[in-house]
Amino acid sequence: MKIAVCVKQVPDTWAEKKLRDDDSTLDREAADGVMNELDEYAVEEALRLAEANGGEVVVVTMGPERAAETVRKALSMGADAGVHLVDDSLHGSDALATSYALAEVLAARNFDLVIFGSESTDARMSVVPAMVAERLGLPQVTFAQKVDVDGSKVAIQRQTEYGYDDVEAELPAVVSVVEKINEPRYPSFKGIMAAKKKPVETLTVADAGLDAAKLGATAAWTKVASFAARPPKAAGTVVTDEGDGGAKIATYLTEQKFV
Amino acid sequence: MSVSADPQSRKALVDLAQKFTGREITPFLTTWETDGMLPRDLHRRAADVGLLGIGIDPKLGGSGGDFADVVAMTEAMIGAGASGGVISALFTHGIALPHVIDEYHRRVDAADVDGADYLLAQTIEPVLRGEMILSLGVTEPDGGSDVSRLRTRAERVNESWTVSGAKTYITSGVRADRVVAAVRTPETGEGAAGITLMMLDPASPGYATPRALAKMGWWCSDTAELAFNEVPVAPRDVLGLGLGFASLANHFVSERLSLAVTAYATAQRCLDLTEAWAKNRETFGRPLISRQIVRHTLVDMYRRTDVARVYTHAITDRYINGEQLIAEAALAKQTAVEAAEFVANAAVQLHGGMGYMRESEVERHYRDVRVLGIGGGATEVMTDLVARLRGY
Repeated sequence: MKIAVCVKQVPDTWAEKKLRDDDSTLDREAADGVMNELDEYAVEEALRLAEANGGEVVVVTMGPERAAETVRKALSMGADAGVHLVDDSLHGSDALATSYALAEVLAARNFDLVIFGSESTDARMSVVPAMVAERLGLPQVTFAQKVDVDGSKVAIQRQTEYGYDDVEAELPAVVSVVEKINEPRYPSFKGIMAAKKKPVETLTVADAGLDAAKLGATAAWTKVASFAARPPKAAGTVVTDEGDGGAKIATYLTEQKFV
Repeated sequence: MSVSADPQSRKALVDLAQKFTGREITPFLTTWETDGMLPRDLHRRAADVGLLGIGIDPKLGGSGGDFADVVAMTEAMIGAGASGGVISALFTHGIALPHVIDEYHRRVDAADVDGADYLLAQTIEPVLRGEMILSLGVTEPDGGSDVSRLRTRAERVNESWTVSGAKTYITSGVRADRVVAAVRTPETGEGAAGITLMMLDPASPGYATPRALAKMGWWCSDTAELAFNEVPVAPRDVLGLGLGFASLANHFVSERLSLAVTAYATAQRCLDLTEAWAKNRETFGRPLISRQIVRHTLVDMYRRTDVARVYTHAITDRYINGEQLIAEAALAKQTAVEAAEFVANAAVQLHGGMGYMRESEVERHYRDVRVLGIGGGATEVMTDLVARLRGY
């Protein structure tokens, strides 16, 4: 079985995120880049499936040069090979453009299963897995808290507000996973050493046969017109207890429509 | 080859060591301090992710990498909240296993295939899988730092040996599955020439662990007193007849540098905790860090830590490149120990009453750093050694 895991490098979850003054896109230089946390679960699940069923795990990313670090991380966790789509013309791509680029890269490589984390911590849209599935014409089974592959079928438990739905699809298919699914392994020391020697295919937009007119900030369907920093926290209301503190708090909560 | 020479790999190693510490160590450390020892399972977990075998040849069951990677790992673990006690207990094999590996190579060179295989399969590999705990037993109740005068004796009985005597302050000695003990073998000579390392099995008749020693710090690291009464030792467990002192001396530099790393890394952790505390803690209506005396104390802590780190790194790099640096390693240890003692003390002071409480991490580091100037070459012994080497 050939499994692709799509990963994204995002600004460190705990770092303060900034937009760039020039084009209102995310300032990726302002913070350390890390692998999107949910993608670690996707990599873990791919590795488990490959270990259980046999097969190869290829990690796929689209992003600037330093996103290679994220490919390397997935390789050090145990993935077999990497594909890194890197090109200046990709800068500012929206979800539609991203899904187009990823779908083309994936389509050229014939995967049995494509796994995504269900969302990225920077954009938080959760649409790319579905868009990629649609572009590839593949079934999408998303928000999986459990994944089983049996022959030519993939069965998942789709996490819902109240429990889960059992959903099945024929392979090839696109799966997205939620954090409940597993506990990602850390790369072992041997994995870290081995990762340096694993093959990573670096592709430009031209290499991947993509239409540059469908990519980048100019092709985006939305545009950030302006932005402003979040206003600083207001001082708040101080309630002095003179025997009636409880009542005052209840009044405040009622006024704010909390109760 | 240093894995950490490549920035991405170094970042990955640091990340691994930090995550391992955050997931497998810090949540349980208080319990382990109460227990007085680490669980055996932790050794297996550390082995599973390759941390136990860093700097050791993969052909011997190690993880590869070199001493620079050990340094990067130690810094990252302590930086994430592991204590000096954790490092000493989890990596006890770091001071014991090199002697077994040295003997393994001697046997390979001497074409003693069975003897070499025995050490590899029965000791080296199980230790690096985290399944066997290996201690080093040198210090004796009336000996201290003077290795050449130790009194535990081995008597020849036909082809084998029996060992009688006592050892004390033996790290991981309560849990040990094997102890590499320094013993006197009069037939190989007087003084230093008469020392041999032998591997003792605590399950042997005559071997006793009378006491787990209660200590000022390093609470999660068990320390034992050992007593040997005609403990039998087979020839295959003799790690080079008469080569004991040379073998011990050979590894003094790496042991001292490792302790230097533990010292300045603990200082750095105390500094990080204190900086955060000084920014958040308000007294007399202002954050602590707004006081000049606090800011200047932090600078003093930073200066000592950074000087110790940069000096130790410089010496470590030269050591990895093959230089013999006996005086420099001793000075690195002293410098880093001084930094750790000053910084841990200042950290407790700036934390105020909270710094004296068990629940604050700096309290643990304050207890743990004190031994660093005593074990692995006492500060006074280091100073005198340097005086002799410098011709003063």
